[in-house]
Amino acid sequence: MRRDSAGGHALSFAVSDPHGDAVRLFVQNLGHVRGLITGGIAMSDDQERAPHLHVPEPAIRPGGVPDFSHVQIPPAGSVRRPDPGETPENMRDLAFTIIRVLDRDGAAVGPWAEALEGALDDEALRKGLRDMMLLRAYDTRMLTAQRQGKSSFYMQHLGEEAISCAFQTALRKGDMNFPTYRQAGLLVASGYPLVTMMCQVFSNDADPGHGRQLPVFYSARDHGFFSISGNLATQYVQAVGWAMAAAIRGDRHLAVGWIGDGSTAESDFHGALVFASTYKPPVILNIVNNQWAISTFQGIARGGAGTFAARAHGFGIPALRVDGNDYLAVRAAADWAVQRARRDLGPTLIEYVTYRAGGHSTSDDPAAYRPKEEGAAWPLGDPILRLKAHLIARDLWSEDRHRQAEAEVMDEVITAQKEAEAIGTLHSGKRPSPRYMFDDVFAEMPPHLIRQRTEMGY
Amino acid sequence: MARMTMIEAIRDAHMVAMERDPDVIVMGQDVGYFGGVFRCTAGLQEKFGVTRCFDAPISELGIIGTAFGMAAYGLRPVVEIQFADYMYPGYDQIVSEAARLRYRSAGEFTCPMVVRMPTGGGIFGGLTHSQSPEALFTHVAGLKTVVPSNPRDAKGLLLAAIADPDPVIFLEPKRLYNGPFDGHFDRPTQSWAGHDLGEVDSGYFEVPLGRASVVRGGSGATIIAYGTMVHVALAAVAESGADVEVIDLRTLLPLDLDCITQSVCKTGRCIVLHEATLTSGFGAEIAALVQAECFYSLEAPVVRVAGWDTPYPHAQEKAYFPGPARVIRAINTVLEG
Repeated sequence: MRRDSAGGHALSFAVSDPHGDAVRLFVQNLGHVRGLITGGIAMSDDQERAPHLHVPEPAIRPGGVPDFSHVQIPPAGSVRRPDPGETPENMRDLAFTIIRVLDRDGAAVGPWAEALEGALDDEALRKGLRDMMLLRAYDTRMLTAQRQGKSSFYMQHLGEEAISCAFQTALRKGDMNFPTYRQAGLLVASGYPLVTMMCQVFSNDADPGHGRQLPVFYSARDHGFFSISGNLATQYVQAVGWAMAAAIRGDRHLAVGWIGDGSTAESDFHGALVFASTYKPPVILNIVNNQWAISTFQGIARGGAGTFAARAHGFGIPALRVDGNDYLAVRAAADWAVQRARRDLGPTLIEYVTYRAGGHSTSDDPAAYRPKEEGAAWPLGDPILRLKAHLIARDLWSEDRHRQAEAEVMDEVITAQKEAEAIGTLHSGKRPSPRYMFDDVFAEMPPHLIRQRTEMGY
Repeated sequence: MARMTMIEAIRDAHMVAMERDPDVIVMGQDVGYFGGVFRCTAGLQEKFGVTRCFDAPISELGIIGTAFGMAAYGLRPVVEIQFADYMYPGYDQIVSEAARLRYRSAGEFTCPMVVRMPTGGGIFGGLTHSQSPEALFTHVAGLKTVVPSNPRDAKGLLLAAIADPDPVIFLEPKRLYNGPFDGHFDRPTQSWAGHDLGEVDSGYFEVPLGRASVVRGGSGATIIAYGTMVHVALAAVAESGADVEVIDLRTLLPLDLDCITQSVCKTGRCIVLHEATLTSGFGAEIAALVQAECFYSLEAPVVRVAGWDTPYPHAQEKAYFPGPARVIRAINTVLEG
């Protein structure tokens, strides 16, 4: 023990030990320390320089030509699919590639495509396409409605529809998503009523949340959709807690945390990974990397990490990196992670590589910080067109049916919108009573809130 | 009935709650095998197993964030933050999340969790082990804030907090854990053993949240205090010989305003006492309410006695702590006013 002590320990040992051994050790250590000091002086070399602050910048800003040559895209079907029970150390490669199923001709290829066989029948594929189209039509109308002053705010999904729409189909009743504001596809794919969503966006009297929350901050417990918070990343660690509760009770439910590339910089992200790593609850941790956090490119949050998926490695959590514009790849990855959770194998982290084709919200103009043509240059294409091409290639769909479906979903949205607007919008019709303001602060209203409500006149 | 220290009473409350309800889960740093740095959770893991009482990584954000998820799921997590001073990394999860979940989801999701944390100074804890952050919680809509001053209340209030359907911040004055502290640093610590309130009922009982307690009757003035300061107030009143009523708030939010106004309207003089810093402290809220509700009964301006507006110093702790001498000066001031 004494001879094995590190320098610091030997020093304190020597002070308290009257015997020669310790003194000799102490002297040896002094010599060691002196050696280090002289070594340090000798080490000064001509490569030494003053530090500089490295501030990452995106490849291109407005006025430049879009360039995604840095996005390494492997061919569809080329990435292996390990058994979900494989140890994390043996599949680190999956965090540095992109799992893709749909190739350029619309064919579903490779081991991840094979794993989907039997999981998605023809009707489910057509429904997948329709869900994405419905979400896009909904977004289009709600954006316009916001510009018309019918709501204060809106956030669209343009280009990212596949991720939430496909992921939802891998879950079952009792599972819980902890979404961000850009996963309404979870609701659309689970059949949540469009009218109710719109009433929330219009903050009218039929909004189940009584108009308290910002537009698009839905809450739908029965649809496995946790109430959305505006404070970024908080939901990530909460999802881990939800899954821990399921594990404590032994309930066969899983939780899904959602986060964007930018918000992975929050401590909540790292806290979530620590707790998921320690307690190994049935949780899936999704990162939607859409390249942009408002005007800040993903490199600012990613820093020196090769990919967002690779963040999981330090926690011993298996990570996949997936083509987020490929409906089938998203579903295949979701199935893999769901299987891990259902077999009590613990957490999985998935990064979806995608592109936010629209603005962050109705409050920003992306042309101010990135080239307008960048979306068109995004190499992973449009998720709707890619699944459409697959269905056509398999003779399950046609251009005519697509046009017809586009008209149908738009009709559905417009009909729902008329119904919602007939109830009210932000500034007209039936709006939530100010009386609601004081409900639900606590289960039982305490005296000071009763006094304040009376003072307000309700 | 048994004699208990406040630590034993808090431990007993955990035991009773966990026996009663399998959904009660205890998590925090060192709370498992070791039983907590103040021993408040000793024996729980042994009795209830590792999935009901377990150690957490050193991440207050993670502890409170995952407890939020557990509470929303339907469990009743009771988490320990080792010192209230360590709470800040988890503050966002308390303020932006736990406090608002019921409101933002219109009751679809709720967060019935208890966050326990030792608070206050008087143990030479310096800047980082002495703070009293109660006003940072009472200022947040959707939180209940509780500060017990004795073993009996600690058990009954903690059981009420665990049963409460909303998030409760439970601040435990660590200077009172082993015995009442009356502010006299030069005297030996008293023991709960000889104290009436060290007699704690066995089994389940609640001290309802939102009810203050008149711990000493009087007609000349009212001192409103909570936690450690209740004992400082009692010592000061005894030493001054004045006829002063002392109220122990027990719960800061919901506040028992009726108890306060009844007393102050009777005595006409009011001192508000807390260990936390003066400016924007909870005493300001009490003083404002008292002047609004009891204005025509007041014979003197409301006086606040509180910690100085500095960080909590280490070697100067005795000078910082609002002890009996300062309270006696305040009593004289309001009686002269």
